[in-house]
Amino acid sequence: MSEPLEEPTGEKAGPRRYGRGVFLLTVAGGLSSLAWGKSVWGHVSGAVSPLASSLAPFLPTGGWRIYTVSGSMPTFDRATWRLKIGDLVEKPVSLSYDELLALPRASQVSTFHCVTGWTVQNVHWAGVRLTDLLDQAAPLPEAGALQFVSAEEPYIDYLTMSQALLHDVMLAYEMDGKPLLREHGAPLRLIIPEMYGYKNVKWLSGINLVSAAGSGYWEQLGYDRDAWVGRSNGYSSAPSRPRTLPGASPKAFLTR
Amino acid sequence: MSRYLRRFSRTERALHWVNALAFFMLLGTGLILYLPSLSVLVGRRPLIKDIHAWSGVGWIAALALVALLGDRRGLLRTARELDAFDRDDVRWLRRRYPAPQGRFNAGQKLNASLNAAFTVLFLVSGLLLWLGERDTRFRFASTVVLHDGLMYVALALLVGHLYLALIHPATRHALRGMTLGTVDEGWARAHHPKWAQGYVDDDRPRR
Repeated sequence: MSEPLEEPTGEKAGPRRYGRGVFLLTVAGGLSSLAWGKSVWGHVSGAVSPLASSLAPFLPTGGWRIYTVSGSMPTFDRATWRLKIGDLVEKPVSLSYDELLALPRASQVSTFHCVTGWTVQNVHWAGVRLTDLLDQAAPLPEAGALQFVSAEEPYIDYLTMSQALLHDVMLAYEMDGKPLLREHGAPLRLIIPEMYGYKNVKWLSGINLVSAAGSGYWEQLGYDRDAWVGRSNGYSSAPSRPRTLPGASPKAFLTR
Repeated sequence: MSRYLRRFSRTERALHWVNALAFFMLLGTGLILYLPSLSVLVGRRPLIKDIHAWSGVGWIAALALVALLGDRRGLLRTARELDAFDRDDVRWLRRRYPAPQGRFNAGQKLNASLNAAFTVLFLVSGLLLWLGERDTRFRFASTVVLHDGLMYVALALLVGHLYLALIHPATRHALRGMTLGTVDEGWARAHHPKWAQGYVDDDRPRR
């Protein structure tokens, strides 16, 4: 296919093959966006975030995607709901929702990272520190890990004891100033901002102290147990946006 | 007295409607997966995810099947038509009239190229999401951005397409071409004169 390169001058000049050009450029642009899409999108959504937050009630997703692994989401009944902490503990704990709310309150602002690539910045979480609950239950010396059980069967996940003791690990019952919504794991979910979302177990119903960490739901399907944001699951780069609000030092991070 | 000219072959129409059906199927299931409010309403995420992924497979397979079993020569001829922009097409894009158009106007040619490219990109990004759930080698942080972005642009193109095909007074006559295969000759002479002239001159229906 040889086409004249110069501007056609007479009626005899043949047609230009623009169609394939548009096709190839679009495909090439789209494929290359696999390399730059997320960071550019981060800048764009960062630039328009004042606009976006004023539009937030009308935006379809708020940046979240709701992932579930079973056919229906668990329902929360305030009268019967319990959080149980057991196995390798001195004093097994069983808390009602109201007893949970009566515990010392903690809150943080952090960015939520999904392993599939989306993030939600500056999420306000409120709830209780995991360490406060562990103090109540008094883990036995041989307890080396925690198994988090979701009411959404068969979802479970694990943290090692040292991961669970990180300063900003919490159990959240509020998100952005409102009680946790059903799709976000009502009434209680685990929050560990340093790790991808699949470690942040929703619809938390129990915590079992165990000797060593096993494989959680997604880890049995090949995801990393130590799901550090930007340093696991095939990602090696640092996250494109800071994980916390600027100025949120670890000490200011979880406040009572 | 009104005559009708055959504009789209059965193969072309079959491709169009396969594409349309699959698009709505994928859009519907995709929105259930994407929008939290719909996710809560519908639930059954694993099932919807399977339907979405297999609709994508079915979409590509059906397109390939229609193309293979249908009028392949005709499709190649159509592809060449869509690829080629003559001086009048360039004038049309620049809104320098008169710019008499052939069977497809320049906007339709651009739309066809974009949709073909989107098909490839939807397929690649969808496959990456599917495989990436199972193997880190296929996992890229930007895959969802690409897949979602394509959805938004494709949705905008669809809205424009539906407006032109169903509502806009000057163009909605073309709908008949995609359902029955034929369009009104008077309309064709006004909007696609180069094609309508050629059609009448050799008086040979294109099949």
